[in-house]
Amino acid sequence: MKITLRVWRQKNRNAKGEMVRYEVDNVSTDMSFLEMLDVLNERLTLEGQEPVAFDHDCREGICGACGVVINGVAHGPETTTTCQLHMRSFSDGDVIDVEPWRAKAFPVIKDLVVDRGAFDRIIQAGGYISAPTGTAPDAHATPVAKKDADRAFDAATCIGCGACVAACPNASAMLFTAAKVTHLGTLPQGQPERSARVVQMVNQHDEEEFGGCTNIGECAAVCPKGIPLDTISELNQDLLGALANGELS
Amino acid sequence: MSELYIEGDPIRDEKAPKGPIENRWDQRRFSAKLVNPANRRKLSVIVVGTGLAGASAAATLGEAGYHVTSFCYQDSPRRAHSIAAQGGINAAKNYRNDGDSIYRLFYDTVKGGDFRSRESNVYRLAQVSVEIIDQCVAQGVPFAREYGGLLDNRSFGGVQVSRTFYARGQTGQQLLIGAYQALERQVAAGTVDMNTRHEMLELIVVDGRARGVVVRDMVTGEIETHLADAVVLASGGYGNVFFLSTNAMGCNVTASWRAHRKGALFANPCYTQIHPTCIPVSGDYQSKLTLMSESLRNDGRIWVPKETGDSRDPRQIPEEERDYYLERIYPSFGNLVPRDIASRAAKNVCDEGRGVGPGGLGVYLDFADAIKRMGRPAVEAKYGNLFDMYQRITGENPYEVPMRIYPAVHYTMGGLWVDYDLQSTIPGLFVTGEANFSDHGANRLGASALMQGLADGYFVLPNTINDYLANGPFDPIDEERPEVSEAVSAVRDRIDTLLSINGTRTVDSFHRELGHIMWDYCGMERNEEGLRKAIDSIRELRAEFWQNVKVTGTNEELNQALEKAGRVADFFELAELMCIDALHRRESCGGHFRSESQTEDGEALRHDDDFAYVGAWEFTGAGQQPVLHKEALEYEYVEMKQRSYK
Repeated sequence: MKITLRVWRQKNRNAKGEMVRYEVDNVSTDMSFLEMLDVLNERLTLEGQEPVAFDHDCREGICGACGVVINGVAHGPETTTTCQLHMRSFSDGDVIDVEPWRAKAFPVIKDLVVDRGAFDRIIQAGGYISAPTGTAPDAHATPVAKKDADRAFDAATCIGCGACVAACPNASAMLFTAAKVTHLGTLPQGQPERSARVVQMVNQHDEEEFGGCTNIGECAAVCPKGIPLDTISELNQDLLGALANGELS
Repeated sequence: MSELYIEGDPIRDEKAPKGPIENRWDQRRFSAKLVNPANRRKLSVIVVGTGLAGASAAATLGEAGYHVTSFCYQDSPRRAHSIAAQGGINAAKNYRNDGDSIYRLFYDTVKGGDFRSRESNVYRLAQVSVEIIDQCVAQGVPFAREYGGLLDNRSFGGVQVSRTFYARGQTGQQLLIGAYQALERQVAAGTVDMNTRHEMLELIVVDGRARGVVVRDMVTGEIETHLADAVVLASGGYGNVFFLSTNAMGCNVTASWRAHRKGALFANPCYTQIHPTCIPVSGDYQSKLTLMSESLRNDGRIWVPKETGDSRDPRQIPEEERDYYLERIYPSFGNLVPRDIASRAAKNVCDEGRGVGPGGLGVYLDFADAIKRMGRPAVEAKYGNLFDMYQRITGENPYEVPMRIYPAVHYTMGGLWVDYDLQSTIPGLFVTGEANFSDHGANRLGASALMQGLADGYFVLPNTINDYLANGPFDPIDEERPEVSEAVSAVRDRIDTLLSINGTRTVDSFHRELGHIMWDYCGMERNEEGLRKAIDSIRELRAEFWQNVKVTGTNEELNQALEKAGRVADFFELAELMCIDALHRRESCGGHFRSESQTEDGEALRHDDDFAYVGAWEFTGAGQQPVLHKEALEYEYVEMKQRSYK
């Protein structure tokens, strides 16, 4: 099939960007969206034009590197990562707009590539359990109820792609933050640092200039890993508890 | 063959302790020098790569108080390709009371590696495996649990006990997130400087010691020098030399290869693992292959039609006209034979014309019986995410129609040669995880890569590196020294050359062609004629690459074509060495199958008298004959015999 793309091209962080139109012929329905961009890039290179820069790596939906806004929706029409979106989701003659994540906290580096370093800094602020190597007791020392282990796992499947931020009208990273708070806070190992963790992570979230959460839920709607929206309730509960206990340092 | 390589002096692993095998690791830890905590902060270590082996090492060294500088090419350390490992991680916990022990894990791993790994290393790996699980649970890794709250286990190929710990089909992700969080904790503590979107392009060796790296900032193009007392490479495997593999698009051999060019020996490059259960290729545009976890073989049954050319819908083929060939040929291990055996069996039935799907390059992995036995919800709970992934990629529903699978390149057992301390032949250069060669021999068992990466990074390296660092801090290095400036200009010259060729072919088109050569002649089955042909073709293609590649843009920007071009250039040199290694090893062992060396029923036939050694290669110049150094392998505990999974 034949597709028309309108792709955001931006030379670097400080340059002004614009949408540029490209026609792509002979698109197979079995191609992934990124393979379709590969085909475009091969052609652009041979024509002496700069290929479109986009982040991607594992191409199996788990590393979280890829992610573009497709026709206004983060990761496009299916609830999955951009690399796992296939061209069978489109029709011959479609016009597809392709843009980077747009958020103040995610500055564009080039074309469709953005800087998501803010996510790492939120984790640095407290998204861990302090367990230096070699200090652990036997793994069976503390049983964990299966429902807690499952709940923690569901939250822990976040791949840090940033679609939640791109989808949120406030550009809030609350789902990302809440996923980590819930993952660690649901497990017995995570209890000692539970209050400090949520306060520090939320502070860092705000410092990075992500917007506030107003419970719209667009984040969970586009999340390729199905992180539940109620993790945000859990975060709020933990945060209120921590503040009531005077954990705000 | 002497025109292809030169045989040099044998080498030995001088660090491996002697004595009873169960005491060797204790003995080495005791004999290794220690570094006083107050002195550690004066010592610096560079760690390249943030997968399981790199992130765990950087975090642990940071916790110990060393000053660590860490690099990854991704935009976050959490994205390293360990994240994609699905099935699980082995540990000899014997939580199932099914007869497992450290000795049995050791034995299974040595046998699974087809007697081409070191006994001392493998025993240590099995010992350390139990500590890894404890460590990961303490970090909050949400392993699968049973209703009583205890950890669940499953079985994997090549073994008859249940020792694999898992987190649904995302074990690698959960383990890596655990290591990543430990790493970020050290970043916050100020012990680790993290540099994302930085790619190592050269090793700096001064007075015979590894003292630093040259890296490119992939956003600005700036070429930076970083100096330290020791360098750790945890930069992963080289499966992408085949173009199509289950590796991430960015996985590359450059860090290892640059070290190899500076004097680090490269061991057993021909040992590559072809994973039996991947989604088959669907077209020329294909950019990568997706693995379907080996754990699926616990419940899925593999079959092809008995008759060639049977193109009926699989559901219409009656039971008696199906050949469950693994169950037939290997009744005691059935669908759970090791990966090398399962892959070759799939290739054989396809070569007979009984393959299924487009091009006849596929076999069925069928869950109909499992769904009947366990019910669909149980199958969903166990494998749901894998089934979804399959459906997304192929557009077929595996709950209704059997999956189609075919082998694909997955893991590389070869890598930089290291001693028991994980130190390469360049003093001060340590290599961990898939980037080294040490523990898997000629074939890696499932769920052992995660075990090895974390064993190296959390427990082995942080102990052994002390012995080296205790002699430091080494003399400070002036950035003006010739060894440093030469390394920087080598990097700049290469980039300038790549950008100035301005030919007519894209980097990908060269990479794809190289991959075809490797898959056809240095893939699942190899022979002398094919390998010689491959070497000639690689040389021709490499020459064309340096005259006709087209790389657009400049160095001073994010330039993905330039990144790829540098990596493919190194793959060309590696590919030739792989073929030479495969050619010189006139035996079959594990993942290396020479058609000239097989038993009557087509199994790999080793020649222990001639080839029970590690082949460690020395670089002598691009296109020059490499020098082979042999490290003899001795088996004191496990009797070398023909592997049998029948």
